[in-house]
Amino acid sequence: MSALTKAGLSESLFLELGLSKKDAKSLVESFFSTISDVLEEGHPVKLSNLGNFDLRDKEARPGRNPKTMEVKEVKARRVVTFHAGQKLKALVEASVD
Amino acid sequence: MIIKSELVSQISRKLTQLTERDISQGVAHIIDKICHTLIHQKRVEIRGFGAFSLHYRPARLAHNPKTGEKLHTQPKYAVHFKAGKEMRERINAMIGKPILKEDLNKAGEE
Repeated sequence: MSALTKAGLSESLFLELGLSKKDAKSLVESFFSTISDVLEEGHPVKLSNLGNFDLRDKEARPGRNPKTMEVKEVKARRVVTFHAGQKLKALVEASVD
Repeated sequence: MIIKSELVSQISRKLTQLTERDISQGVAHIIDKICHTLIHQKRVEIRGFGAFSLHYRPARLAHNPKTGEKLHTQPKYAVHFKAGKEMRERINAMIGKPILKEDLNKAGEE
Protein backbone atom coordinates (compact mmCIF):
# COMPACT_ATOMS: atom_id res chain seq x y z
CA MET A 1 0.00 0.00 0.00
CA SER A 2 2.07 2.93 -1.25
CA ALA A 3 1.42 6.56 -0.40
CA LEU A 4 0.25 9.21 -2.85
CA THR A 5 3.16 11.49 -3.81
CA LYS A 6 3.73 14.41 -6.15
CA ALA A 7 4.51 11.89 -8.91
CA GLY A 8 1.13 10.18 -8.37
CA LEU A 9 -0.70 13.51 -8.45
CA SER A 10 1.05 14.54 -11.69
CA GLU A 11 0.20 11.20 -13.28
CA SER A 12 -3.45 11.68 -12.31
CA LEU A 13 -3.57 15.20 -13.83
CA PHE A 14 -2.05 13.78 -17.01
CA LEU A 15 -4.42 10.79 -17.24
CA GLU A 16 -7.66 12.37 -16.02
CA LEU A 17 -7.40 16.04 -17.03
CA GLY A 18 -5.26 15.59 -20.13
CA LEU A 19 -2.54 18.05 -19.11
CA SER A 20 0.87 17.37 -20.64
CA LYS A 21 3.25 15.54 -18.29
CA LYS A 22 5.38 18.66 -18.06
CA ASP A 23 2.44 20.96 -17.22
CA ALA A 24 1.02 18.42 -14.76
CA LYS A 25 4.34 18.28 -12.92
CA SER A 26 4.64 22.11 -12.86
CA LEU A 27 1.12 22.49 -11.51
CA VAL A 28 1.64 19.99 -8.69
CA GLU A 29 4.96 21.62 -7.74
CA SER A 30 3.42 25.07 -7.88
CA PHE A 31 0.34 24.07 -5.85
CA PHE A 32 2.41 22.99 -2.87
CA SER A 33 5.16 25.61 -3.17
CA THR A 34 2.59 28.43 -3.41
CA ILE A 35 0.82 27.20 -0.25
CA SER A 36 4.20 27.07 1.53
CA ASP A 37 5.14 30.57 0.28
CA VAL A 38 1.83 32.06 1.38
CA LEU A 39 2.11 30.44 4.83
CA GLU A 40 5.67 31.69 5.12
CA GLU A 41 4.40 35.23 4.40
CA GLY A 42 2.08 34.83 7.40
CA HIS A 43 -1.23 34.08 5.66
CA PRO A 44 -3.32 31.10 6.83
CA VAL A 45 -4.74 29.13 3.85
CA LYS A 46 -8.36 27.96 3.61
CA LEU A 47 -9.16 25.34 0.98
CA SER A 48 -12.82 24.40 0.91
CA ASN A 49 -13.27 20.62 0.48
CA LEU A 50 -9.85 19.95 2.03
CA GLY A 51 -9.31 22.06 5.15
CA ASN A 52 -7.45 24.96 6.73
CA PHE A 53 -3.74 25.45 7.22
CA ASP A 54 -3.32 27.72 10.24
CA LEU A 55 -0.28 29.37 11.80
CA ARG A 56 0.29 29.28 15.54
CA ASP A 57 2.98 30.93 17.61
CA LYS A 58 4.05 28.81 20.58
CA GLU A 59 5.69 30.35 23.63
CA ALA A 60 8.99 29.09 24.96
CA ARG A 61 8.60 26.38 27.62
CA PRO A 62 10.92 24.25 29.71
CA GLY A 63 11.52 20.94 27.98
CA ARG A 64 13.39 17.83 28.96
CA ASN A 65 15.39 15.25 27.06
CA PRO A 66 13.57 12.08 28.13
CA LYS A 67 16.73 9.98 27.74
CA THR A 68 19.14 12.10 29.77
CA MET A 69 16.50 13.99 31.86
CA GLU A 70 18.48 17.09 31.01
CA VAL A 71 16.31 20.24 31.28
CA LYS A 72 16.53 22.57 28.32
CA GLU A 73 14.29 25.39 27.13
CA VAL A 74 12.12 24.68 24.10
CA LYS A 75 12.40 27.97 22.21
CA ALA A 76 9.42 30.00 21.06
CA ARG A 77 8.43 28.76 17.63
CA ARG A 78 5.86 29.15 14.84
CA VAL A 79 4.12 26.03 13.62
CA VAL A 80 1.63 25.18 10.89
CA THR A 81 -1.44 23.15 11.84
CA PHE A 82 -4.02 21.55 9.56
CA HIS A 83 -7.70 21.01 10.33
CA ALA A 84 -9.74 18.93 7.91
CA GLY A 85 -12.86 20.67 6.59
CA GLN A 86 -16.42 19.46 7.29
CA LYS A 87 -16.69 17.55 4.01
CA LEU A 88 -13.41 15.65 4.36
CA LYS A 89 -14.09 14.95 8.04
CA ALA A 90 -17.49 13.48 7.26
CA LEU A 91 -16.11 11.31 4.41
CA VAL A 92 -13.23 10.02 6.52
CA GLU A 93 -15.45 9.26 9.53
CA ALA A 94 -17.80 7.34 7.26
CA SER A 95 -14.90 5.27 5.90
CA VAL A 96 -14.65 3.12 9.08
CA ASP A 97 -15.42 -0.48 8.15
CA MET B 1 -5.83 34.46 5.08
CA ILE B 2 -6.16 33.28 1.52
CA ILE B 3 -8.74 31.01 -0.10
CA LYS B 4 -8.70 28.72 -3.10
CA SER B 5 -9.53 31.38 -5.72
CA GLU B 6 -6.62 33.53 -4.55
CA LEU B 7 -4.32 30.49 -4.58
CA VAL B 8 -5.38 29.81 -8.18
CA SER B 9 -4.59 33.43 -9.19
CA GLN B 10 -1.17 33.25 -7.56
CA ILE B 11 -0.34 29.99 -9.35
CA SER B 12 -1.56 31.35 -12.69
CA ARG B 13 0.79 34.32 -12.36
CA LYS B 14 3.68 31.84 -12.18
CA LEU B 15 2.48 29.26 -14.74
CA THR B 16 1.71 31.50 -17.70
CA GLN B 17 1.69 28.52 -20.11
CA LEU B 18 -1.58 27.28 -18.53
CA THR B 19 -4.98 28.97 -18.63
CA GLU B 20 -6.58 30.03 -15.35
CA ARG B 21 -9.32 27.49 -16.11
CA ASP B 22 -6.78 24.63 -16.39
CA ILE B 23 -5.21 25.71 -13.12
CA SER B 24 -8.55 26.00 -11.36
CA GLN B 25 -9.58 22.51 -12.55
CA GLY B 26 -6.15 21.12 -11.75
CA VAL B 27 -6.22 22.48 -8.20
CA ALA B 28 -9.71 21.03 -7.66
CA HIS B 29 -8.43 17.69 -9.02
CA ILE B 30 -5.40 17.67 -6.70
CA ILE B 31 -7.65 18.35 -3.69
CA ASP B 32 -10.10 15.61 -4.76
CA LYS B 33 -7.30 13.13 -5.23
CA ILE B 34 -5.86 13.87 -1.77
CA CYS B 35 -9.30 13.36 -0.20
CA HIS B 36 -9.93 10.12 -2.08
CA THR B 37 -6.55 8.76 -1.08
CA LEU B 38 -7.28 9.47 2.59
CA ILE B 39 -10.77 7.97 2.38
CA HIS B 40 -9.14 4.76 1.14
CA GLN B 41 -6.90 4.90 4.20
CA LYS B 42 -3.73 5.60 2.31
CA ARG B 43 -1.16 8.26 3.19
CA VAL B 44 -0.34 11.35 1.13
CA GLU B 45 3.37 12.25 1.32
CA ILE B 46 4.64 15.46 -0.24
CA ARG B 47 8.40 15.90 0.12
CA GLY B 48 9.29 19.21 1.79
CA PHE B 49 5.62 20.07 2.39
CA GLY B 50 4.28 17.41 4.70
CA ALA B 51 2.26 14.23 5.02
CA PHE B 52 -1.47 13.63 5.50
CA SER B 53 -2.53 10.42 7.19
CA LEU B 54 -5.41 9.02 9.21
CA HIS B 55 -5.26 8.42 12.94
CA TYR B 56 -7.65 5.89 14.41
CA ARG B 57 -9.82 7.07 17.26
CA PRO B 58 -11.24 4.07 19.14
CA ALA B 59 -14.72 4.09 20.65
CA ARG B 60 -14.71 5.69 24.09
CA LEU B 61 -17.11 6.41 26.88
CA ALA B 62 -18.12 10.04 26.67
CA HIS B 63 -20.57 12.30 28.49
CA ASN B 64 -22.93 14.85 27.15
CA PRO B 65 -21.84 17.84 29.26
CA LYS B 66 -25.33 19.37 29.16
CA THR B 67 -27.37 16.37 30.28
CA GLY B 68 -24.64 14.30 31.99
CA GLU B 69 -25.84 11.39 29.89
CA LYS B 70 -23.22 8.69 29.19
CA LEU B 71 -22.73 7.51 25.65
CA HIS B 72 -20.29 5.46 23.59
CA THR B 73 -18.71 7.30 20.68
CA GLN B 74 -18.31 5.44 17.40
CA PRO B 75 -14.74 4.50 16.44
CA LYS B 76 -13.55 6.86 13.75
CA TYR B 77 -10.59 8.14 11.78
CA ALA B 78 -9.27 11.68 12.07
CA VAL B 79 -7.11 13.39 9.44
CA HIS B 80 -3.61 14.20 10.66
CA PHE B 81 -1.07 16.48 8.98
CA LYS B 82 2.61 16.55 9.84
CA ALA B 83 4.56 19.40 8.27
CA GLY B 84 7.70 18.36 6.39
CA LYS B 85 11.19 19.44 7.47
CA GLU B 86 11.54 22.25 4.93
CA MET B 87 8.05 23.62 5.71
CA ARG B 88 8.71 23.46 9.48
CA GLU B 89 11.98 25.33 9.15
CA ARG B 90 10.65 27.99 6.80
CA ILE B 91 7.56 28.66 8.95
CA ASN B 92 9.54 28.69 12.18
CA ALA B 93 12.00 31.21 10.77
CA MET B 94 9.12 33.72 10.51
CA ILE B 95 8.38 33.84 14.24
CA GLY B 96 7.92 37.42 15.41
CA LYS B 97 6.31 38.47 12.13
CA PRO B 98 2.56 39.14 12.17
CA ILE B 99 0.01 36.43 11.33
CA LEU B 100 -2.28 37.99 8.72
CA LYS B 101 -5.73 36.63 9.49
CA GLU B 102 -7.75 39.06 7.38
CA ASP B 103 -8.82 38.10 3.87
CA LEU B 104 -6.05 39.00 1.42
CA ASN B 105 -8.52 40.17 -1.26
CA LYS B 106 -10.45 42.43 1.10
CA ALA B 107 -7.22 43.83 2.54
CA GLY B 108 -6.12 44.72 -0.99
CA GLU B 109 -9.31 46.63 -1.76
CA GLU B 110 -8.99 49.07 1.12
